Amino acid sequence: MNQMANPETVKPVRSMNAGLFDGQEREFLAIEDEEIAITVESLDLYYGNSQALKKVNMLIPKKRVTAFIGPSGCGKSTLLRCFNRMNDLVDGCRVEGSINLHGENIFAKGVDVAELRRRIGMVFQKPNPFPKSIYENVAYGLRLQGVKDKAVLDEVVERSLKNVALWTEVKDRLDTNALGLSGGQQQRLVIARAIAIEPEVLLLDEPTSALDPISTSKIEELVEELKNQYTVIIVTHTMQQAARISDFTAYMYLGELIEFDDTKKLFVSPANQATEDYITGRYG
Amino acid sequence: MKQWWKSGSPWIWLNGGAVSISIIMVFGLLALILVRGFGHFWPHNVVSTTFVQPNGEVMQVIGELRKSETLTAQSLREAGLALPADQVLATRHLFKMGNRDVTGRDFVYMVDNFLGEWTYPKNIAVFERREWGDFYGVPARLLESGQTVAEGDALWADFQRRLDRSNRLFDDIRRIERHDIGNVNFRLERVRLDQRRAELRGTLTPEMEREFAARRQALDQEYAAIQDRLNALLADVRRDAIVMQVADGREVTIGLDRIVNAWQPNNMSAVSKVGFYIKSFGDFIFGYPREANTEGGIFPAIFGTVVMVLVMSIIVTPFVVLAAIYLREYAKQGPVLKAVRISVYNLAGVPSIVFGVFGLGFFVYVLGGAIDSTFYPEALPAPTFGTPGLFWASLTLALLTLPVVIVSTEEGLARIPSTIRMGSLALGATKGETLWKVVVPLATPAMMTGLILAIARAAGEVAPLMLVGVVKLAPTLPIDGNFPFIHLERKIMHLGFHIYDVGFQSPHAEAAEALVYATALILVLLIVALNLSAIMIRNRLREKYRAEGD
Repeated sequence: MNQMANPETVKPVRSMNAGLFDGQEREFLAIEDEEIAITVESLDLYYGNSQALKKVNMLIPKKRVTAFIGPSGCGKSTLLRCFNRMNDLVDGCRVEGSINLHGENIFAKGVDVAELRRRIGMVFQKPNPFPKSIYENVAYGLRLQGVKDKAVLDEVVERSLKNVALWTEVKDRLDTNALGLSGGQQQRLVIARAIAIEPEVLLLDEPTSALDPISTSKIEELVEELKNQYTVIIVTHTMQQAARISDFTAYMYLGELIEFDDTKKLFVSPANQATEDYITGRYG
Repeated sequence: MKQWWKSGSPWIWLNGGAVSISIIMVFGLLALILVRGFGHFWPHNVVSTTFVQPNGEVMQVIGELRKSETLTAQSLREAGLALPADQVLATRHLFKMGNRDVTGRDFVYMVDNFLGEWTYPKNIAVFERREWGDFYGVPARLLESGQTVAEGDALWADFQRRLDRSNRLFDDIRRIERHDIGNVNFRLERVRLDQRRAELRGTLTPEMEREFAARRQALDQEYAAIQDRLNALLADVRRDAIVMQVADGREVTIGLDRIVNAWQPNNMSAVSKVGFYIKSFGDFIFGYPREANTEGGIFPAIFGTVVMVLVMSIIVTPFVVLAAIYLREYAKQGPVLKAVRISVYNLAGVPSIVFGVFGLGFFVYVLGGAIDSTFYPEALPAPTFGTPGLFWASLTLALLTLPVVIVSTEEGLARIPSTIRMGSLALGATKGETLWKVVVPLATPAMMTGLILAIARAAGEVAPLMLVGVVKLAPTLPIDGNFPFIHLERKIMHLGFHIYDVGFQSPHAEAAEALVYATALILVLLIVALNLSAIMIRNRLREKYRAEGD
C-alpha cells in the first residue's frame, strides 16, 4: 500500500469505475445541503489497549443511504455498532468523543440504551431470526414495548412484511417457524422485524454477504425503498454494492475515516490517493 | 504380522471388542431381570410325588418345582445322604411346598434318588393367602357358616363364586379402613390440632372448647357408625370356608376371607394361564404389599418413586435455571467464578450417602425443626416436617442432581448463537428481556437433557433416601383425598429401597428372590418410562426452538 499511483494509469481506471454508475444520471450530492441525522465528533474507540477508531468525524445525512467501505478490520463495522451502542456488550471496549443523534449525545449519562436501540434498528451479517414463528419475529419489538392489542400487532406485522416484499410469500404461514425460510427470506424478515418498531435509523452490517445473488438484489431493491422513510447506514464489503445503492460513501482504513463524499464522486474522482488505490483494486 | 499390527486393525478389533462386551453386559443384565422377573407370575404346574426321608419314612409331597441343580454325589454323601457308592452325580430339586403354617417349612431340597414318580393331579389347588404365604392342597369340602354346601366336582365353580364375593367384601373393608376411617382420623387430628393451637395462643374460650368437643363427638359418632359397618362386613366375609386336604392327608380349614387368589394350575389351559399371568402381573403393580413386603403388590413403592422424582424435578428446575443463568450470563468471569463452578461440578462426585447425612442433619432436623416450631407448634412434640419425609427426600435428591443439570443448562446457554442475542438487543430488549424471551426458551432442550440424567439418577438412588424419608412400609400414600391432597411431610416407599428390603431384610429369602427381580424389572421400566417422557418433551421443545447448529 501507500505506493504512489502512476499518474498515467489513473485515467482509464477512473473511467472503469464510472461504468458502475451507468444509467445513474444525477448531480453530485453535497453533504452541506443535506439534513443531518447523526453527527460523529472526534470518536476514539479502544478494545483494551488497541485503538480501533481514531478521531472519526462524520455527518450522516437523513433519509439517505450511507455506505461504509474499506478492507477487513478497518473499523467500519465497529463504527456502525457505535451508533446503537452494541459495542457496550464487548468487554474492555471504551469510547471517547461523541455521537449526536438529532442533537442528543448517545454516550451521555442517563441515556436509555434499550430506548436508543429502539430508535436505531440494526440488521446483521448473518440472518438471525428468532426460533419463533414468522409472526412472533416481527411482533417481537412491539411486544417488548408492551403492545398486546392483536389488531395493532396484525396490522404492523402485515405492513412490515409488505415493506420488505415478503408478505405474499409468507402470508399463509405466519405461524410457522421462521427458521424454515430461505436465507434471503430470513434476512428480509429480519429487516421487517427491525422496521416494525419504526426506528429513525437503520444500520445494515454487510446484510448480503451470506446471501446468493438473487436474494442480494432483492435486498438492494429493498434498501432503495427504505431510504424514503429511514436513514440507512450500510457496511458493505463490495464496492459495487456501495456504488449501486448508496448516496454517500465513507472509505475507512485502519480505524480512520479517509474520505467521505457523494458515492459517485468518491468512486469516479476520489480526492484521496489511498481511496483511489482501494477502489481501483491496487490496495495492499 | 508386523504389517497387520501397523495397519491399525488391532485397534479396530480392540474398540469393537470393548463395545461388544459392554452391550453383552447390558443386555445380559436386562435379560436376566426380564426372565426372572417375568417368570415369577406364571402359574407353574404343581407336582405330586413321594419322598423317602432319611429315616426311611415315606412322605407325600405336593409342591412347585423351583429349580434343579446337579451336584457331585460325593458332596451329598459327605452331607450324610445314603447314595450308592458308584453314583457320581446327583440331581437335587428345590420344591416350594407352601403351607408354611402347617408344616413350618415351605422350601425344601430333595435329591432325585429318593423321589417317587411325578404326577400332576388336576385337582390340586394353590391359594395365595393374605398371611402365611401360598397354600397347596386338594379341595375337600366347601363350608358356609360351618355347614357343607358343596363337595366333589361341583365344588370348584361354587368356590370361585364365593371367593369372588369374599374378595369384593374384603375390598370394601379395605376401602373403609383406608379411606373412611383414615378420613375420620385425619379430621379428628385436625380438631385436636386446632384446639392445641388455640391453647398455645391463649385464645381458647370455653365456648370454643364446647365447639371442639361437639366436633369431636360428631366425628366419634361417625367413627362408631363406620366401625359398625365394618364389623358387619367382617362377620359377613368370614361366612365361608373351605376344607383342604394337604399332602400328608390332614384336613385344614381355611376361611375364604384369608384367600386372595386361587387356581388349579394343572387344570389350566395355556390361554387361561396367560390370562392368569396378566392378572397377577397387574395385581403386582397395582396392589399393596403384604407379609412384610414379601407378597402382594408394590403400588405404594411405584407411586412413591414417581412422586418423589416429580417433586425433585419441580424443585430442581427453577434452581438450575436461576443458577445457570447467573453463572453464565451475569457473574463476572474470573477466578472466584471458576472456583464456584468447580465446586458445583464436584458436588456430582460426592458420595450420595453424604448427601443423605446432610439432608438428615440439615434439612430434616434444622430446617424441618424450624418449620415445626414456627408453623406447627400445636403438633409438637410429634414432628411434622422435622422428620424424614417426601419433601426432604426430594430436596436431598435435588441437591444431589443439581450439578448435572446446571452443567448441561450452562452448556445449552453457551451454545446459543450470539447473533440471536444481538438481534434481540438491537430491537431494544434489555438483557433480562433477551434472556427470558429468547435465550432461556432456546436452552430448555439442554436443560431437559440434564433433567433426564437427573431423573435416571434420582429414581435409582437408595442410600441417601433411607435417611431422609423412605421407609419399609408407609401407611399412607403421599397424595390422597384429604386436604391439601399432596402431603409433602409424609414418608414414602421407594422401589430401590423396596428391592433392598425384600431381598435382604425379609424373613423368607426364597420367596423374596423372584420378587426382587420383578421389582427390579419394574424399577428399570419406570426409569425408562420417565426418561422416555422427558425425552419426548425435549424433542418437542427442540422442534419448537429449533436453532441453527442444533
